[in-house]
Amino acid sequence: MNRPVELAQSQSAVLEVNKVLKNTYALLSVTLLFSAFTAFISMQMEMPGFMPLVATFGALGLIWLVLPRTANSAAGIGVVFAITGLLGLGLGPILNNYLQMSNGSQLIMTSLGGTGVIFLALSGYALTSKRDFSFMGGMLVVGMVLVLIASLANIFMEIPALSLAISAIVIVIMSGFILHDTSRIINGGERNYIMATVGLYLSIYNIFVNLLMLLGFMSDD
Amino acid sequence: MDWIKISSALLIVLMLVYLLPRAKDMLKNSPKASSNDMIAALIPLLLVIGFVFLLIKSV
Repeated sequence: MNRPVELAQSQSAVLEVNKVLKNTYALLSVTLLFSAFTAFISMQMEMPGFMPLVATFGALGLIWLVLPRTANSAAGIGVVFAITGLLGLGLGPILNNYLQMSNGSQLIMTSLGGTGVIFLALSGYALTSKRDFSFMGGMLVVGMVLVLIASLANIFMEIPALSLAISAIVIVIMSGFILHDTSRIINGGERNYIMATVGLYLSIYNIFVNLLMLLGFMSDD
Repeated sequence: MDWIKISSALLIVLMLVYLLPRAKDMLKNSPKASSNDMIAALIPLLLVIGFVFLLIKSV
């Protein structure tokens, strides 16, 4: 005799998931545009080469210290814009560097298009298959820890091949995070669209930056 | 050694300090995957690798 109640509960769960999904993609689209805008400003102002580092410090500080306290309030949206705006500012000097190459604009557009295709394909796959990829969480975080240790070593060793390998692995790990994060939204594991947006944004950002690095290194120029 | 290298290293150490306990926790609490789940995750990731390879060949 509980069937109507169960049906109503399941319908409300589906509605909740759809709402989180819709809000996440809406906020993600706007923050990506905002990030592109701040990157453009940073390029026009010719921000110095240390800007990416400063922006990353600032963004991580916001992600670790401020976002968890504000994610359940309207202030969280402002924090997301601050994070993505800062990361966009940090992109400016990197993009200016690539634009100095003869095929720099082609590399940037290829990375942008490639990142878009990867994100849309993986998100679409997770959405249509409705599979639960939460089992990947542990593997992905451990993979990220190993990548960070290798990156730390490479700051001092400066081996170009290791740098390339790290970029390639980061693209695969971030692709895994897109599957993981999207499936968490669909399966009700993530109910906060602000946190979901930041997770997906960071995956897209990292894929773009590392794809650009790979293409820049492997291009003939 | 310039200060950008030292700051980058510091940033990575901070990330490691933040991530290591979470990695341990997630490894303990992540659900176990069946071979079907693994294949369903591996196929799109292999396709991403193939796609990136194509992009590299195109530039």
